[in-house]
This record gives sequence, C-alpha cells and structure tokens, in this order.
Amino acid sequence: MLDPQTPQDFLNHMIVFLCPAVRSCYMKRYTRHIIRSLHADIMKLIILNEYDQVSEWAAKYIRNRIRKFNPGPDRFFTLGLPTGSTPLGCYKKLIEYHKRGEVSFQYVKTFNMDEYVGLPREHPESYHSFMWNNFFKHIDIRAENAHILDGNASNLEKECQDFEAQIKAAGGIELFVGGIGPDGHIAFNEPGSSLVSRTRVKTLAMDTILANARFFDGDLSKVPTMALTVGVGTVMDAREVMILITGAHKAFALYNAIEEGVNHMWTVSAFQQHPQTVFVCDEDATQELKVKTVKYFKGMMHVHNKMVDEL
Amino acid sequence: MPSNKSLSDAPITQFVNCRILKDHRLQREDLWVREGKILNPEKLFFDEEGFADHKIDCGNKIIAPGFIDVQLNGGYGIDFSQASDDIIGGVALVAKKILEHGVTSFCPTLVTSPTVIYHKVIPEIRVQDGGPEGAGVLGLHLEGPFISKEKKGAHPAQFLRTFNAGVVADLMETYGHLENVAMVTLAPELANSGAAIRELAGRGITVSVGHSMADLSQAEEAVQNGASFITHLFNAMLPFHHRDPGIVGLLTSDRIPPGQTVYYGMIADGIHTHPAALRIAHRAHPAGLVLVTDAVTAMGLPPGRHTLGQQQIDIQGLHAYVAGTTTLSGSIATMDMCVRHFREASGCTVEAALEAASLHPAQLLGMSHRKGTLEYGTDADFVVLDDTLTVRETYIAGQQVWRK
Repeated sequence: MLDPQTPQDFLNHMIVFLCPAVRSCYMKRYTRHIIRSLHADIMKLIILNEYDQVSEWAAKYIRNRIRKFNPGPDRFFTLGLPTGSTPLGCYKKLIEYHKRGEVSFQYVKTFNMDEYVGLPREHPESYHSFMWNNFFKHIDIRAENAHILDGNASNLEKECQDFEAQIKAAGGIELFVGGIGPDGHIAFNEPGSSLVSRTRVKTLAMDTILANARFFDGDLSKVPTMALTVGVGTVMDAREVMILITGAHKAFALYNAIEEGVNHMWTVSAFQQHPQTVFVCDEDATQELKVKTVKYFKGMMHVHNKMVDEL
Repeated sequence: MPSNKSLSDAPITQFVNCRILKDHRLQREDLWVREGKILNPEKLFFDEEGFADHKIDCGNKIIAPGFIDVQLNGGYGIDFSQASDDIIGGVALVAKKILEHGVTSFCPTLVTSPTVIYHKVIPEIRVQDGGPEGAGVLGLHLEGPFISKEKKGAHPAQFLRTFNAGVVADLMETYGHLENVAMVTLAPELANSGAAIRELAGRGITVSVGHSMADLSQAEEAVQNGASFITHLFNAMLPFHHRDPGIVGLLTSDRIPPGQTVYYGMIADGIHTHPAALRIAHRAHPAGLVLVTDAVTAMGLPPGRHTLGQQQIDIQGLHAYVAGTTTLSGSIATMDMCVRHFREASGCTVEAALEAASLHPAQLLGMSHRKGTLEYGTDADFVVLDDTLTVRETYIAGQQVWRK
C-alpha cells in the first residue's frame, strides 16, 4: 500500500507519514525507492542553483558515463550532442576534464542532432563550426568518429537515412544530450512534430527563423529556412537521454515537459515515456513547476549527486 | 584505418599549448603546419578526417609570424655594399645569424655605391626562400644613389646621382638589373623622380622616400605616383615643422589616395630615434609602423675594437662608435631587441609590437598573402617567444631553424 512511485504518491503519503506507527515502515520503503531510482525506469529531475552548476553537473555526468563504460577500440561509447547556448558551459567543463586527463574521447563516437540546410559549412553559424570551435578542436576525438548531418548534401533524404544507418551501425546511442527551445522543441522537432519521427528534412517555424535572425546580421533573407534534424523517435531510441534546461524563459517548457501529459505540441514531453531520462535544470527554469514537484526532486539531490562523484 | 592524408602524404605538425598572433590578437589556439604552410585544422578535420602526426608542446609561449627586416646593411663583419669575392657567402652568413633574432626573411640593403658595385652585387643577391641555412631573401633594398646631397647621411657624396629625362635609362645604367630588387629609396624632390617612381612601382618594386629635403606636397605627390614607404622616419629628412611638416607629415596627410597606406621605417633601438618621437609617430599612424634595424657591419660583433674595411670602430653596449670618438657608426640593433624596445617605449600591446616587425613589412612589400601572418595557407615562418618577447625558437616553412 505504501509504495511511493511518483511525486504524487509521495505527497499522498505525507499524511500517513505523520503517524509515528507507520513512519519507520515508510522510511524503509522510501529509502528503497530512492536507491532504485538511480537505476530503474524513472525520470530524474536535477535542480541546481544556476547555469554554471548545471553545466558542471551535466559534464561530470557525461564524464562518468564514458569512464564507467570503459570504451576501447572494439567498444565505442556513442554520444548524441546538441548545439546552442545551453550546452556551451557543459562543453567547456568537458574540455577542462579532458585537459586534466579525466576523460578521453578517443573511443567515443558522436552524433549531432541537427544542421542547417544550404548554409556553407565554414559559416560561423553552421553547427559544424559550432562543434569544431566549442568542442572538437579542444579534445582528442578523431574526425571519422564525429558525425554531423551534411546540410549541403546533394541528396538530403539520403543523407538523413544514412545518418540513421550510421547510428544503427554504431550500436545505437548510449547517451543523447539535448537542450530544448522555449516552445519545448528538441533538436528541430518543433511543435506538432510526430513523436515517432526519424531523421529528416524539416522546414523551420517562423518563430525559429525570427529568433535566429540575430545570428545572421538581423537579415531574415540570410537565415536558413530548412534544417536536417534527428527525429523525436531517433532520440527516444537512445539508451539514456539527458536534457539541459536553464533560464526562466524555458520554465513553461519544463512544466509542459514533466507535469503535463505527452503532447506533440511540446515534443520534449515525449521523454516522459523514455525509460532513462535525466532533466538537468536551474532554479529559474523551475518557476512554473509545482512546489511539491520541486521539493520532491530536491529531496533526492543528495542521492542523485552520487552519480557525478569522482570515480 | 581511415587516412589522414587525403590531400597530401606530408606529415602534419600541431603546435599546442601556445598563444598565436592571429587577426591582430593573441589567441589560445593551436598552430597546424603541413608542407611548410599553415594548415586550417577545421578543413583538415571535416574534409580530410585528418589529424596531426606530431604534437609539439610550446609551454604556453607566444607564436608570432617570423620577423621581416626590410633594411639591413650587413652585420657580423659583413657589409653588403662592399663587393667582396664572396658576396653570396657574406649574405648567407648574415642570413644564418639573424635567425636567432627571429628574422625569417629580409631585404639586404645597399647604400649609395658606385655603378660598378651595383653591377657586380645586384645580380649575385637573388631572391630565395629561407631554410635551415638562413633567412629568406625577399629582394634587395637599394637605398640611393638617387638621394639628396644635403640629407645624404653616411652615404658617399661622390656617388650620388640625379635623374635625366630618360629615367629608365638612368635606372638601368645605374643598377644594371632590377629583377632581384624589392625596394628603392629615393628623394622625391629630384627632377624627374615622378617618372622614376611610376616606372619602379609599375615593375612591382616598392618605392620609398628618404634621404630627402622634400616638403609635404612633394612627398604627397610621390605617394600619388606610387611610393608607399618612408625610409627611417625622422632620420635624413627635414625635421617636422608645424607650417611645413615635410615627409613626416605623410603620417597624417589627407591627400593619400583612398585604400592606400603609407608605411614608415622606424629604427627602434633607443638611440637613432628618441622614444618620444617614436611615440608621436606610433600614435599618429600605428598601422604604418615598420620596425627596421638598419644594422651595419658591426651588428652582431662582440664588444671591443674592430677593424672594418678602412674604419676602426668601438662597440660599447648597444652603441657602435667610430674608434676613439662618440660619433655613432650606424645601428647595431637586432630585430628582437627593436621589438622589445618599441613595446616598452610606446607602451603598445604585444600584438602591435610583433605586427610592426611582421605583418606591416609584409603588407608594405605586398606579400601579406604569403608572409607576415599566421593565416591559413601562408608560409609557416614563425617565432616562438616568451613573455619578455625574447626569441626562443625560429621556424621557416614549418621547420625549426634555430633554438636558444
């Protein structure tokens, strides 16, 4: 009867908790639940004070996952990667750990989420440039292991199919790291995208084009209008997904991601049905969440933090 | 195993843990080199899926483009203007020695000489790439003989010349050959000098004004005709006067054709130019400042008394005197020393000091697409310096040619 599976259960049991007779029984089960939550099919929400701590937590988590995997020449760790301002701090930290010798990417294969169509690869706003300047050039990854969709491929459909095939050939993705937009989009899977979508060519929403104009001299005509993107289904296939969400402007998206139901208008909400998802957010991003949700997950931080301890 | 050699089999070297001078600032970036050129690592990564064969840890030092000296008369007992039996050997000796000053290419400079010397020496000193045997020769700098009698400085008066109506004939009769010539210094107030400037500039030779009594309008006319350099600013020209600024006025002239830059040579040895004058020039026109040593035979010789040709000189510290006197006998500055002195005296940034010895002379000679920068595709001529701007290593075409 007393088996708290969700925050809702937990709150419901608070009344029972007040009765000393059942308290000790409850505590045993609660502790068991927490320990299981490190491994079992359950969503985790990590709440940290601010952006820098989110970056650090995420980077440590990736570092530990790679090291525990113990990759080698016949056993590559496969990592899905995002671009954008949210993961920048996480990349900086990973570079730092790499320089300190705490993690190597020699036996890591990476797959990036998306790339613009028709934007020259050398363009400073291309995701190739982003990944090169903010991550790849600082670490020991080999070019043949770093996969980014080619938005200038002559056959874009084929490029997308090949990308899916490459992921499959690499044994699927071990850990997919992502960020989201204020409208809850993951990669370029904007509102209304099918939650079982695969890698494909996507026309960008006007909101996205307008938001991107600042990176293209404010000139709308220079902003790419199409992109190649992995699908929600592609990310869902990863064995584990970690999503970084920071800032008050993402608060409503986080609320829709975890407190409302699965909905294609908030594509990130699909990960409620993923067996291993970690949301990592800062305080600002929790502003639309219920107090009880925040308290529940904060109460588990001392346990979740063990996942990022030095190995 | 995927190859890292899809465009070339040549090994790739990656210099890591360094600050490189690129786009006018020191950046924490690696420097990649293949086949003597600076490589774009992003293209290597994405286009060729390549990687470095060797990594060299620079210990957090600075990497700057190799220094270029456009005015060097000799050194280590050698005077380029003296026709010896072994002109090539003399140039080679100096070229080798200046590697330790971070100079990776230079213009051997001939002062005013008799025609017979020009005819003998000019064909012998060829444009050539640098390497372990010495700094590259970019071409000769012919300083004179078409210069002013009044401002001849140390040039021998008896060999000075003027232009007649046929300037091409004058130039060819005097110099004999112009193939290996990179720069000519002349006095623009000489009659027919305009035609001479146009002729030389038309052949791709940099024309410099100097050893001259020219007023500003004559200097401006020279620039409009194609002159682009001022030889050792302040020295051997009329002093700056506020109603008649003379050649110095070119630094702030409003009659320079659009898109054109006037460069000026500066002997920043702390002796030939007062630090205050150096600061005036630098603050008025920082983008045009080109450090030159204008070093003579005595450069590089140990302190004490030396016999050079007919002359005896005493070397004391940074000064070279005519023996037994306090008359300066020319500069014995080295380029690395000039860079340090310029930085201290002007208070400029490290970047500006290094560019005055690399980027600016390359721009002056119209070769910044090959030299004087660390841009991708340019020659991998560079120096490794510590934070005091002391040269620790010198590289030409990606190969280490000197180390401290």
